[in-house]
This record gives sequence, C-alpha cells and structure tokens, in this order.
Amino acid sequence: MSSSLRVKWCILRTSIEERLVYRADFMFATLVRFLPIVTQVFLWGAIYQASGPGDTKVINAYTYGDMVAYSLLVMVGRAFSSMPGLTTGIARDIRDGSIKKFLIQPIDLIDYLFWHRVAHKLVYYVMAAIPFGLVFWLCRDYFRGWPDGITLAGWCVSLVLAFLIGFLIESLMGLVAFWFLEVSSLVFVYMLVSYFLSGHMLPLDWLPPWVANLTLLLPFKYLAYVPAAIMLHKYNHAALALELGTGVAWVLILLFLNRLALSRGLRRYSAYGG
Amino acid sequence: MSIIEVKKLAKHYRVYRKRAGWKASFNGLFKREYNVVQAVKEVSFTIERGEMVAFLGPNGAGKTTTLKLLSGLIYPTSGTATVLGYVPWQRDNAYRKRFSLVMGQKNQLWWDLPAQESFILHREIYGIDSAQFQRRLDELTDLLEVRKLVGQPVRELSLGERMRMELIASLLHSPEVLLLDEPTIGLDVVSQRKVQGFLRHYQQEQQMTVLLTSHYMKDVEALCRRAIIINEGEIKHDGPLDEILDRFSSVKQIQLQFAGTELPEDLERYGKIVERMPPRVKLEVPRQDIPKVLAALLDRYTIEDVGVQERPLEDVIAELFARKDETVSAD
Repeated sequence: MSSSLRVKWCILRTSIEERLVYRADFMFATLVRFLPIVTQVFLWGAIYQASGPGDTKVINAYTYGDMVAYSLLVMVGRAFSSMPGLTTGIARDIRDGSIKKFLIQPIDLIDYLFWHRVAHKLVYYVMAAIPFGLVFWLCRDYFRGWPDGITLAGWCVSLVLAFLIGFLIESLMGLVAFWFLEVSSLVFVYMLVSYFLSGHMLPLDWLPPWVANLTLLLPFKYLAYVPAAIMLHKYNHAALALELGTGVAWVLILLFLNRLALSRGLRRYSAYGG
Repeated sequence: MSIIEVKKLAKHYRVYRKRAGWKASFNGLFKREYNVVQAVKEVSFTIERGEMVAFLGPNGAGKTTTLKLLSGLIYPTSGTATVLGYVPWQRDNAYRKRFSLVMGQKNQLWWDLPAQESFILHREIYGIDSAQFQRRLDELTDLLEVRKLVGQPVRELSLGERMRMELIASLLHSPEVLLLDEPTIGLDVVSQRKVQGFLRHYQQEQQMTVLLTSHYMKDVEALCRRAIIINEGEIKHDGPLDEILDRFSSVKQIQLQFAGTELPEDLERYGKIVERMPPRVKLEVPRQDIPKVLAALLDRYTIEDVGVQERPLEDVIAELFARKDETVSAD
C-alpha cells in the first residue's frame, strides 16, 4: 500500500474508533432520525386523504404510494448527503487555532476531513442498517417493485455523488470562516435553502416550472431529489447517464472551489495571524 | 550554515479596534477602525545545530509570533528566514517532516482516544518505519514515564501526563528542529521537572536544535545556555544566559545569619534589605562593594553563616521587561 493510502486508511480507522466511543449517544441519535419519516407518512396520508398504499389518487404525477416511497428514498439520500457538524467544526478549528496542526504536519486538511467524514458515515450505515431495513420492509407496499440493474447501479452512484456534493458544499462553507470566522448564520440559511432546493421538502417536479428549471441547474438536487427520482423510475437510461455526468462535473467544480478557498484562506489566515 | 537564520523579520497585522458601548457596536457594523500591531520588528538572529536557546519576553512581546513564523504558520510582513535551508511559510512537506512545534496550550492528540492511536497516525503521516517507530515510542514513553498510560483515553489524563504525550507525538519523527512554546505552562512542579529533565537529556542525546519560550525561569535556567530577549517586537539581548545577570543586574545578594534571635538595627547602611527573617537577612549590594561590605559586617557582628549569590534571574528579567521606555542596547 502506498504511503498516501496508508495515511488515508489510518485516518479512516482512527476516526471509526473515535466514533464508537460514545455508543449510547450515537445509537440514540441514529434511532431519533427515523421519527420524521413517521410524521411524513401521516402527513402525506392526510394530504391525499388516502386509504392505503394502493390508493390511486394522483397529485402532480405522484400517487400516495409514490410520495411515501419518495420520502423514504429522500431519507436514504440525506443519510449520505447530510454532514452534521462539518461546517461548524471547520469554523471552530479556524477560530480557536486548532487548524494549526494541519499547517505544521505533512497532511492535507480536505483529505483529512474527507476520510474522517467517510468514517462517520460508515459507522452510521452499519448502526442504521437494521432500522433502515425494517422501515423499508414495513413500507414495501408503497414501492413499485425493483428497478433494472442499470438504474440500481445509477442509484448507487447517485448516493456516492450525494455524499461527495454534500461534503464539498459544507466544507466550502466551513472554509468561508477564514474570512468571516462565524458561519452559523450561513449554515442556517444553507439548511433552509437546501431543504427546499434539494427536494427534501417536496419533489422538485412539484414546483412551478420556472423554479423547477432553476433548481435543476443547481447542485442541491443531488443531495436528495436525484437518488429518489432514479429509484422512482423518473429517468430513462440516457437521462440517467446525463444526470450522473452532470453530478460528476459538480463534484469537480466544488472540489476546485474547495481547493481555491483553502489556498486563499490559508494565505489570509497566515497573513493575519492567529 | 546555521540551522535557523532570521534576517530583519517583521510581522505586522491589523486588529479591529472596538470602542465601548452599544453605539460604537452599532457604528462598527458600517465602519470599523483598525490598529496596526507590530508584533515583530525586524528581528535578526542565527541558531546553530544542537543549540538550545531560550526565547524570553513578556506577554505580547512577539515570541509566539516569531515561533509561528519559523514554523510556517504565518507569513511575514517583511524580512527573511530559513530553517534547515527551507523558507518555513512555503510549507514544503520535506520541511514539515523535519521540525516540530509544541504549543503548551494546544492539543494535537485525539481527545477521546488513547494517545497510542494518535501516535500510530503520526507514524503514517510522517512515514516512520514500524520497527523504528516502536523503538522510539518505547524509549520516549520510558523516559517520560508514561508507558502505562498510552492506552488510556487522552481526556482522562492529567495536564502533565497530556503534555508528556504531546511531546512524544512531536518527537516520534525525530525532528531536527524543535520549537517549544510554553511547554510547562500550567504544570505542577513535579511534571515541570520531569519535562525539563527529559528535554535536557533528549536534546543532548539527539543534538536537536531547540528554541524554547517559557515564562518559567526555572525551565530556562535548567535547559538553556543562550537566551534571546525580545520585548515589544525587538531583540534586547542575545547571548549567554549568565551575561544577562552581569549586564542587567548591577547588584548581588548577601545572605547573613546572625548569632542570637534578633537582627542588628542599622543594616540599611550596608545595602538594601530585600528579605528579613530574624536572625536571617538578605541584602542587595552593588557588585563592586561586596568585599568591602562583607569585611565590615564580619568585623562588626557575630555572624554564623554567610552566602553571596546572584539575584534570581526571574527578578532581573522581570525588571528588564518593566523598563518599557528605556532603550537597552543589544550587543
């Protein structure tokens, strides 16, 4: 194994160990995350005035079953794209000077944060796999059967993109702290905007056409809407490839912006003091 | 070539000047006033391989800023510096593998994990060979007497134990240059001595070049022969530690123990009384008058014990720092 891979592996392993220290808190947080989905099922049931999963009433091309399936799939997408504490953690490290260790050691800050986050997510998936499986099994009647292999593979890629784009957007916001030090308001605005623009609140194709067209040009849709829409058969294979290709382009753009912000930010931080 | 070469290094930065009161706070939303702080003013010095140099100065003198410049954490406003031939603020990975910075108030270990996990991560980051790593870890944990604690979460260690773990993490990759910023701050006397003893031993054995800042003169006296004194961003003294006393202290102290339980009444005529604990007394006397004063005292009184000593370095340095407006010419 090359030395670079060994460092990444070591960060991953150490981060996993760190994540497993506070077991009770972690398990509680994992279980609590499933509560909103229960309210969503009841909410959509009330909106559709539905009698059960097989109800045929259609709103904006979604049946009640589709909406519950969409909500469940969005929950999976968000499990990949949400990055609790990432932005505020970077800002805190910049503010209190803990970021110094990344400047004096031969280590890359973004690389470190990335593998640290991968570790957190891996532990989360392992812990949440059984509750996730149970919820999906209980709600199996809301789904229209398994998609074909290509769509399923596209969904897996879209989840990886959700993780990468979510990570890169939130780390970029964290790096803004090199200029503003305090970013909690920015995080608040981002959470509001992404709840709406990612399709977390509503499927993006429910929005008025001009808003929907605008949101489809932004990277936020990859955080929730795209993975869910893929599994709900909203894309044919050509459209799927185009959507995923665009997602990869967003990853590259955001990675470039992260690198730029880090390089400029460190220069500013270093010139200022700290 | 010197290991550390600093020429006319200066660092100025802007700080927001906040006036008191809500009105000023509101105005600050639209227009802010800034002050330029000259943290380091064109300092120059060189340090040779294997030297252990104390960097002394009061709070805000520019010591830590200079260490930050030498470790590449910040860019200078002007001037040049090289450490091991590298320009620190270019942050070359080859340079970062050859030095270490320990800041007494900053933690680089993983808080919730045993220190050994952080050490293993350091092994990978610095590319240390496994056998060499184990040998060095065993040696350092033995020297610092923490071998049994490496498996205990860092958050459960005392401050002194944590500091020793920090030192181990900083030394695992055998840095050639070690920058120490207040390594014993907040430690109890036992831990301070352990850290001092370790640093003295390890530096001599490894011939590391060490630049140390500390407010504890005991650290400085125990470890360094040379001192650079910086105040208000300027170097006030650069030379042997002993020279500080000769140069900045014109008096010595005579310690006397008189026969009986009382002190004579007219001792002020021989010198300034700095400590009175009958039948003992401590007098401060100009250096050149010591023989004359001693002879007179021994001639006039029955004295059971006598000693002549330098003023504590701490007092001399404190007095030197207090002379803010006085210009003390450098050698």
